Amino acid sequence: MTDTPERDAIIKVRGLRNQFGPQVVHDNLDLDVWRGEVLGIVGGSGTGKSVLLRTIVGLNKPAAGTIEVLGTNVLTAPEEERRRVETRWGVAFQDGALFSSLTVLQNVMAPMREHLKLSSNLMTDLGALKISLVGLPQLACDKLPSELSGGMRKRAALARALALDPQIVFLDEPTAGLDPVGAAAYDDLIGELQRSLGITVFMVTHDLDSLYAICDRIAVLAEKRVLVEGPIETMTDVDHPWVQEYFTGPRARAAQVKGIGGT
Amino acid sequence: MSVLAAPNLRVEASDGRATVRLSGALLTEFLADMEAPLAQAAPPEKLVDIDLSPLTAFDTGGAWLVSQLRRRLQAQGAEVQITGAADHLALLETVATATPEETPHELPEHGRWEWVANIGRKLVSGWGDALSLVSFLGQTLAGLADVIVRPHKVRWASLFTHMQDVGFNAVPIVALMGFLIGVVLGFQGASQLQQFGAEVFVVELIGISVLRELGILLTAIIVAGRSGSAFTASVGSMKVQQEIDAMQTLGLDPVRVLVVPRVLALLIMLPLLGFVANLFGLFGGALMSWVSLDVNPGMFLTRLHDNIAVKHLLVGMVKAPFFALVIGVVACWQAFQVKGSSTSVGQRTTSSVVQGIFLVIALDALFSIFFAQLGV
Repeated sequence: MTDTPERDAIIKVRGLRNQFGPQVVHDNLDLDVWRGEVLGIVGGSGTGKSVLLRTIVGLNKPAAGTIEVLGTNVLTAPEEERRRVETRWGVAFQDGALFSSLTVLQNVMAPMREHLKLSSNLMTDLGALKISLVGLPQLACDKLPSELSGGMRKRAALARALALDPQIVFLDEPTAGLDPVGAAAYDDLIGELQRSLGITVFMVTHDLDSLYAICDRIAVLAEKRVLVEGPIETMTDVDHPWVQEYFTGPRARAAQVKGIGGT
Repeated sequence: MSVLAAPNLRVEASDGRATVRLSGALLTEFLADMEAPLAQAAPPEKLVDIDLSPLTAFDTGGAWLVSQLRRRLQAQGAEVQITGAADHLALLETVATATPEETPHELPEHGRWEWVANIGRKLVSGWGDALSLVSFLGQTLAGLADVIVRPHKVRWASLFTHMQDVGFNAVPIVALMGFLIGVVLGFQGASQLQQFGAEVFVVELIGISVLRELGILLTAIIVAGRSGSAFTASVGSMKVQQEIDAMQTLGLDPVRVLVVPRVLALLIMLPLLGFVANLFGLFGGALMSWVSLDVNPGMFLTRLHDNIAVKHLLVGMVKAPFFALVIGVVACWQAFQVKGSSTSVGQRTTSSVVQGIFLVIALDALFSIFFAQLGV
């Protein structure tokens, strides 16, 4: 990513506070996501990475703070406006969260049925296209989620997230539970889709390989806020024990070699 | 937002060259309006330019439509050139390469004789199910026999938990049900028998019908609905979570770990629950006879003692373990048939209750014939 001075924040989080009972997860958290970037959210267990994702997409109500997505304050906007914003993002959950009683194709068509007035044939064609875009064979269209492997389920979930041609895609641990080859292929897929469809990707991940391979920027969650953000090369200079350990440990070095070798 | 103006299409032709010019926002949400014009756009020229440069917005849906147009024109033998912004062209190529050759058909085929084939399929799968159920019954019986011969193998903690769930916790509902059945029989019997002046036979009516049939049968139906469904749902979820697979890899036999304690708990508790239902049935009947027929409780008891042989109670109680076995085995067998998803758990739970109740009633009918033949 080139450093253009005027960047357009597609998601703007300000002063976010999340609290479950006495446990404060986020306090005064600020975060910007720029249009067209792949942002990786990392942090130790329990630092509230998934909570942050759930809060931005409206599944969790924060105690304080504002969240602006595509220029709309999603916490205070009226219902109708919120719905409009919701059709502009897609979420792929960790284990897919596909509707178990619907086939893959029906899963992908579900949001289209709800939000678009298209003929049934057109939706079938577009659904098949989305499934093919995420690299699933057409045979997968008529399968039920339970008949798919974990990797295929994740791809199907991505296809559903892309159903409405969103501007932002949220991914929760996209490569968790995939074998290294499958994970690398999934990383490539996300990178490729991001470039060709021009989407913004907000990704919660643990996978150092993903961070090196496709993320333009990293935001590290620690001490209840975004401790530091920036390109991955700058992470090794951060003076914080967890960040140091994470980005200079043996796994990070291996991932770095691979990431540089791959590009 | 002016950027999101509805898309528009213009076809221009000049000296053997046609230009299809697309403008506005060619997005998925506008596709419905654009599908027809694009499908009708059929310039007869052999050279066609598709100009995307006036487009203000473009997404995969729009790209799909343009690539379909190109495909169609090319199939007609036209030479197609596409011009436009670089990122739009890149998106178009991504979509064009990803577009599957033929789109899947969503609906299953309906043949004329499909229903005959369906009957056949049902019969075959029904036969398969019956065999599988019988084999499961065999495994369960083997497990039970093993536990009875070697009592130290009983999983006591699990057994007692299930006994509490299926037995003790069901006492209030079973007692209430028994009481109400007694009341209903007493009331109906009273109004009919009064016509013949044979009020006092109400005792025989209540005693025989509750002890021989209703007490135990209705208890079994309640338990099938209450505990059968619980067994299927809990063991079925374990199947979905692969816990049963895990057990097998650990060298534990799921039938002995999961099924035997449940069936054993039912075998012990169902006769007891049936007995409770009998007691409350008689109590309800006696109360109703007293209220509506002036048959006082002392008289009721004496008549019960003199005219209702113990065999009626025994005929009823003998059926209880068989009902328990049927309910437990059907519920656990259904749970083992769960496949893949949570939807399947729901379907199997429903089938478990329906089959359990049906088999209990069918078995009761068989017992009636059996005892009639024996003359007891």
